[in-house]
Amino acid sequence: MKGLLIDVTRCIGCWECSNACAKANSLPPVDSLTRATGADLSADRFTVLRKVELGDRGRRYVRRMCMHCLEPTCASVCPVGALHRTPQGPVVYEVDRCIGCRYCIMACPHNVPRYEWDEAAPRVRKCVLCAPRVARGEPTACAAACPMAATVFGDRKELLAEARRRMVESPDLYEGGVFGEWEAGGTGVLFLSDVPFGSIGFPSNLPDHPLGANTEAVLSHLPDVLLIGGSLLFGLQWIIHRRDKLAEEAEAVVAEGAAAKEDAAGRPLVTNGGGGK
Amino acid sequence: MDALHRLLRPTFWKLVFVLVVGAGLYATWLRFTKGLGAATALSDRFPWGIWIGFDILCGVGLAAGGFTMAAAVHIFRVKRFEAVVRPAILTAFLGYVLVVFALMFDLGRPWVVWHPLVMWNPHSVMFEVAWCVMLYTTVLALEFSPMVFERLGWSRALRRVRRALPYFVVLGVLLSTLHQSSLGSLYLIVPTKLHPLWYTPLLPIQFFLSAAAIGSAMVLFESRLSGRAFGHELPAAVRVDLARVMMVLLVPFALLRLADLARRGALGLAFEPTMEALLFQVEFSLGVVLPIVLVAIRRVRHSPQGPFVAAICAILGFVTHRLNVSITGMDATQKTGYFPAWTELAVTMMIVAFGFVAFALAVKFLPVFHRVAAESDGAEAAH
Repeated sequence: MKGLLIDVTRCIGCWECSNACAKANSLPPVDSLTRATGADLSADRFTVLRKVELGDRGRRYVRRMCMHCLEPTCASVCPVGALHRTPQGPVVYEVDRCIGCRYCIMACPHNVPRYEWDEAAPRVRKCVLCAPRVARGEPTACAAACPMAATVFGDRKELLAEARRRMVESPDLYEGGVFGEWEAGGTGVLFLSDVPFGSIGFPSNLPDHPLGANTEAVLSHLPDVLLIGGSLLFGLQWIIHRRDKLAEEAEAVVAEGAAAKEDAAGRPLVTNGGGGK
Repeated sequence: MDALHRLLRPTFWKLVFVLVVGAGLYATWLRFTKGLGAATALSDRFPWGIWIGFDILCGVGLAAGGFTMAAAVHIFRVKRFEAVVRPAILTAFLGYVLVVFALMFDLGRPWVVWHPLVMWNPHSVMFEVAWCVMLYTTVLALEFSPMVFERLGWSRALRRVRRALPYFVVLGVLLSTLHQSSLGSLYLIVPTKLHPLWYTPLLPIQFFLSAAAIGSAMVLFESRLSGRAFGHELPAAVRVDLARVMMVLLVPFALLRLADLARRGALGLAFEPTMEALLFQVEFSLGVVLPIVLVAIRRVRHSPQGPFVAAICAILGFVTHRLNVSITGMDATQKTGYFPAWTELAVTMMIVAFGFVAFALAVKFLPVFHRVAAESDGAEAAH
């Protein structure tokens, strides 16, 4: 299970990761203007650097990209299974299944997937952890391009061990543990930082469990609703119709009786069959 | 041609219709040639707008009279509601057809809308929603078909449908229960994005309860409008009973809403000087408490206008709640300042206009209201 370890303390903001990503995914190249002014994720930019000014603590560059969740919310919500996580780790997208409901974009707790809003046949776009390269046994383009080893590629287990080793080695440097170890069930992309994650744009309110559990808990009751609801409704209908039928028959009998004997018992015993034919 | 002349004679509402449909068609052209970006104010941070918030969430909810009235008449044999079961089913059928129509605008790749039939992800609420829409629209078509068969005089088809009707009705109630609640479940996935005044694990139950309550409100509303236009008023006793049903279902919704806010410690948020708090107050006081109070007062309940006014309040409150969940509550965290583009509004208004015209045409040409006094549906369904 592959992933990335991104150490914010090592990043110098050169944008080579984004540029390599653009080449690997045939996206427009990262020009000097983008490097200078920055950019957000978009349908043709799968990873960017967010420049964060922290006053006296200086400046940080934080990579933004798909986090490749271990239990991806996007894959859980997609009605047609257009998004799924491969056994190797990348969360990938199949446009041939997608119906364009954009529930993945709504649901992603990291606000990652982007849409081709100006296309007549739009696709969802995001980093796929260079799935074809990873399948060939190569590292992702961004990790291969990073001159500072701020982004390293490897097995998630080993990357976590490496992150812990760094934290033990420099106990005063890092803050806030490893982002991605548990967040929303854990992510394939792990971050280390020397400033609180909340201060450099990471969501701080994510639960430790996968978000898909929220909806799957409700969906698991669906068969119960059908079985109990269905049998109850049919049963009720059967009882009520039977009761009405008996009431009508009783009414008919009473009416006959009344016709035969002038001085009948009076009104029928039933109270609710009055509206019949 | 006399009929043609009558059709072409301009009236105020015909002019409005032509203008709305004209604007809607332009927006349609823009949407399908230039993409969602050109026709909507949607963005990656705000991917669902008014087409989901109003056309789908409210559209489906406002169609709920179809299953509540069908259940009342065909399962519980409430004879008094036999007069309104047909208009309720007609509204639901038209509502669902228009929801599917609206979905074609919102889906990025509507030509593969059938994919959920063959590509399954049972973990997805959207998958459940897709199946519910497909199945319940089919059931509604069957529940609606007697009106057409009767009109055409196809008595054999009519008899067959009537014999199967109780089964369709039970199926329809089940599908509606799932569908109404699943629209709320859709938002269970965004605990960090939806404002705590609206996010709750109880969203599916709240959506179901509010839809069930609004079913009777919609029947009151539309029978009043079409009553005006076609001259058939509901009997006073039926009006009062519909209002009562609405109230009885709104009360648990109101209590559940308050209890849930209190339990989650979010009640204080309702009194802070924020836009969200203000919209919550409007939604809850005018849209939930006021209709309950109106119906609770005997004099209002029995007045000719009372039930109708209470129904309007409840419907507006219902729409506000669903828009608060889908738009206000989401933008509270996403901060995009989303407001629908005029083209989004034009499409929505065109769809609403189609709904009104389709309802009017159906009432005019099909036995929707005027068979009311004759033999009852419910009684025949039993044989």
